[in-house]
Amino acid sequence: MPADTATMRKLKPIVAMNEALDTVMAEDDDVVLFGEDIGAYGGVWALSKGLQKKYGEARVFDTPLSECAIMGTCAGAAMAGLRPVIEIMYVDFMTIAMDPLVNQASKIRLMSGGAFDLAMTIIAPFGAGTCEAAQHSNSLEAWFLNTPGLKVVAPSTVYDTKGLLAAAIRDNNPVMYLWHKMLYDLEEEVPGGDWIVPLGEAAVRCEGDDITVVAYSLMMYRAMEAAAEFDGRISVEVIDPRTLHPFDLDTVLTSLRKTGRLLVVHESPTRCGVGADIVRRVCDAGFELLRQAPRVLGGKDSPIPFSKPLENAVIPQVADIRAAIEAMVQ
Amino acid sequence: MSFTADELKRMYTTMVLIRKFELNTIEIFAERMKRGDFPGALHSSEGQEAIAVGVSSQLRRDDYVFSTYRGHGHAIAKGIPIEKVVAEVHGRATGASRGYGGSMHLFDTSINFMGGNGIVGAGLPLALGTGYAAVKRGTDQVTAVYFGDGGASQGAFHEAVNMAAIKKYPIIFICENNLYAATTHVSANCPIDDIGERAKAYGIPGPVIDGNNLIEVADTVGAAVARARTGDGPTLIECKTWRHRAHCMVIPEHRPGKDRKYWAGRDPIDHMRDYLISENIAAAAAIEQLEADAQQQLDAAVAYMQDSPLPDPAEVLEVVYAG
Repeated sequence: MPADTATMRKLKPIVAMNEALDTVMAEDDDVVLFGEDIGAYGGVWALSKGLQKKYGEARVFDTPLSECAIMGTCAGAAMAGLRPVIEIMYVDFMTIAMDPLVNQASKIRLMSGGAFDLAMTIIAPFGAGTCEAAQHSNSLEAWFLNTPGLKVVAPSTVYDTKGLLAAAIRDNNPVMYLWHKMLYDLEEEVPGGDWIVPLGEAAVRCEGDDITVVAYSLMMYRAMEAAAEFDGRISVEVIDPRTLHPFDLDTVLTSLRKTGRLLVVHESPTRCGVGADIVRRVCDAGFELLRQAPRVLGGKDSPIPFSKPLENAVIPQVADIRAAIEAMVQ
Repeated sequence: MSFTADELKRMYTTMVLIRKFELNTIEIFAERMKRGDFPGALHSSEGQEAIAVGVSSQLRRDDYVFSTYRGHGHAIAKGIPIEKVVAEVHGRATGASRGYGGSMHLFDTSINFMGGNGIVGAGLPLALGTGYAAVKRGTDQVTAVYFGDGGASQGAFHEAVNMAAIKKYPIIFICENNLYAATTHVSANCPIDDIGERAKAYGIPGPVIDGNNLIEVADTVGAAVARARTGDGPTLIECKTWRHRAHCMVIPEHRPGKDRKYWAGRDPIDHMRDYLISENIAAAAAIEQLEADAQQQLDAAVAYMQDSPLPDPAEVLEVVYAG
């Protein structure tokens, strides 16, 4: 059923993901879903709620607590022509699953001379803000972006959460689908029915003339909040890339033609980070558009500490973003 | 297991072909290295031919195989055409992986040969995926996955065998225990005598066999395949064996002389030749003919490789992502 704007309703991201899974599983028997607690329980985040009952244990099932085995099963099933989707309960646990993803799934297409397509999606929550300390709060997207052969998606809005997941599962490559834990309780109005948001298309969240802020996932909302606080005094354009690879550079360059100023905001570490690469791309393709040095406001050079004031101190806050914008536009 | 005389002779020829391939490849690599042209890593499977041929004798074309970096024999025995193997290890566009994979990464989708692996033990978790796919689709395909004595020390080994046993996936875990992981003796990798013993911890069979005896390998694998096809789950088979060469071409031989002497009298091809003669399956002259056939196949494959172009660098980025 296509998107139906006549039947708008409020939805949370996890329900949006569940709906996307339901839709693609209904239309394609090759789509399967597994991971820790994913079967009868429905997933610790409720990702798979109701899906085992609907699609059976052969397609939706629990695994042992073995991230390497889960990722290996996923890659091997994709090699056999299935379209597996797995949940890694926290992106932090990806360290255990890195070989089957980084040495296997992302490389098998190339190593086989293009003989195998690995259509597989890894769903993992990321990010700080929940006081879960250093091993349950990471933002690891730069690792995956540094791995040729992978695609990386990081939705913010509920609409995108659903549409991008449907696109990721239908994509014929390994896709890391990263959603932010702090957006878990977000509720937004979305249409009824189904839709797709294609990978590799950014969205302009608010238009402005003075500065371009590129921010994704939770940081998009913080950038929007910071932008609103200027109350028209500084006119901020916020761009949400939505997909980190492939990256929609054109939308950023178009914005810079207007603003000439670039600030990238993310919570993963600044060093060798996502923002550094976006700045590199902009310098390569549109250095002449910049009227001043571009800036990256990212996570501090620190693991994520536990206690709230410490945790806040290493992750960009609304006030940090506002200050960064102000400093650039003076 | 009962094989016809023709089947036994074919298996012998394949063992000889693998042996000749390994010797020829080392020769070409050594020649290039002498010229200062480093052609990549090469891990010879010389001495382990009975396992590759014995395992493949029990598999169908549509059964899945995951191999290792010492996998030339696995690939040839499963049925990748020899010229495609030769072309790949020498980086030609006509190779099994079009020159993108090399010696450690031979693939062939048409026979479900799912690739070698440069990472020790990394094939085991992947085998869960094809094992699962067969169950999900209700086919009776099995998956055979090779690994070594070193691989059995990886977490991936334990995660994979555990999950396969829980799910009863149709997988045959084949440990080629050649006693040395690079230069480390298996006693420094495993605190018990037999890696097959570990099967007990996962509640599955774990036969320990002479990997240099083709018939014993075929019999044991045949029973495991039958078990897997009927839904009774995985088997771990430990094949004791010996590689004739050091770990790879750039690591000098270091294994003690007494080990080498012991195994020199246990060559799998010699063993099979004796078997063919003593069972009156083939006379010495007929065996010589089989060996000549293997030589001819190899010579044709080397000529094919020499006539083949190198890959076009302009195409390199085209294979990274699927459309």
